[in-house]
Amino acid sequence: VNLRRLGLITLLLIVALALQTSVVSRLDLPGATPDLVLLVVVSLALADGPLTGVVAGFAAGIALDLVPPADHAVGRYAFVLTLVGYLAGLAQDEAERSVVMPFVVVAAAAAGATALYAGIGALFSDFGVDGRTLVGLLPTAVLYDVLLAPFVVPAVRALVRRAEPDSVRW
Amino acid sequence: MNRDTRRTRLVLATLLVTAFVLITLDVRGGASSPLQGLRSAAATVFGPIQRATSTAVSPVTGAVGNIGRLGDQRKEIKRLQEENDGLRRQLNTSEVERNRATELDKLLRVAGVGQYKVVPAQVIAIGPRQGFSWTVTIDAGSRDGLRRDQTVINGDGLVGRLTTVGFTTATVLLAVDPTSSVGARLAASMEIGIISGKGGQPMTLQLLNAQATVKKGDRLVTFGSQGSRPFVPGVPIGVVHQIEQTPGALTRTATITPYVDFTALDLLGVVVQPPRRDPRDAVLPPPSANPAPPPAPQQRGGAR
Repeated sequence: VNLRRLGLITLLLIVALALQTSVVSRLDLPGATPDLVLLVVVSLALADGPLTGVVAGFAAGIALDLVPPADHAVGRYAFVLTLVGYLAGLAQDEAERSVVMPFVVVAAAAAGATALYAGIGALFSDFGVDGRTLVGLLPTAVLYDVLLAPFVVPAVRALVRRAEPDSVRW
Repeated sequence: MNRDTRRTRLVLATLLVTAFVLITLDVRGGASSPLQGLRSAAATVFGPIQRATSTAVSPVTGAVGNIGRLGDQRKEIKRLQEENDGLRRQLNTSEVERNRATELDKLLRVAGVGQYKVVPAQVIAIGPRQGFSWTVTIDAGSRDGLRRDQTVINGDGLVGRLTTVGFTTATVLLAVDPTSSVGARLAASMEIGIISGKGGQPMTLQLLNAQATVKKGDRLVTFGSQGSRPFVPGVPIGVVHQIEQTPGALTRTATITPYVDFTALDLLGVVVQPPRRDPRDAVLPPPSANPAPPPAPQQRGGAR
């Protein structure tokens, strides 16, 4: 395992987490909150494949579960983001060939993550999820993340490339 | 560069199972969950990062919020922006400061009248709405004498209670969170009931006495918990907005307009020492300050 890459992933996740909880959430945009952490996980998976996606997703999820103001059951985001990281990683090759593919992946990830997170809540009951709120949140959750994608996805890809300058690309 | 190999799937399966086990552990454990310590540790470690980020960007977020709200005046703002960009930023910051000073004044008044001993604290992080839980982080923690299950108020009334407390930060579960319920007392008739959060929807009040007289505009204060934790008595909560008619129900239900604006929280106070005696409704703002119409003189005529 490449230490520089590990450091880069850690740094990216911490920055995303800090911006997510202290900046993005405070903008008070209508509807859902843009999910920077999800975007970074998806970007890492698209740039570096499913294994990176899985590990980064789990780490980011645990952090989101623990860092205040989180108050839900620990492991809920970890489960969701691990799965999102894996699935996004599977689309790595297509995403490198097509311009549209990363946006499709981000949109699917935003919708899927929101729904799955709510679903796990419903599974363990009394987490206060109701279907109407969920459906109301989905369009804006997808929209914000897709709008942010053209900035985050290429930036993360460039950083990952720079972290391993001597590897062979094919 | 890595591919979807057996190793990847093994890692995936392991981590998914781990996450699932954690959820189960945490849900089963409730407040005494073994993961609570982990949470406090994360708060202690990440708190300073959140505080730093929040301080660095607070003028920026303030400015962005203002532009979004002004909408139709955007053109004029754009013109002005070019000639006094620097001035505007300064103004924004001082306006935020002035608002904070006003909030602190109000908080101190409430604390004084109710004889609560409060620790003031500022909101530094807010949970995402996709999380379905209404929580915020404040910049005070166990270092400042905060502990789990203390009441959080601001100058307008009840905000919520503390859940996780780290060394320098703490998490507030807002009263509008769907898992939150607060014992409440009608200031006029002393009837008691339970106020439940409904997230984005208005809070509801369930009166224990189905025969109780309640009408629109009636004001509510906290009933107070045993040992004043999590809720101290006498904190204003809100006014009755609408009474739901459900014939044959064992309890009466009404929707509540809270005094506190839960989407614009900034300066909060944590009650670290409850009042020596219940202040009853002495802390309530005067009825004329309510958005609701003044209560009608006759009490009996109300819905029954």
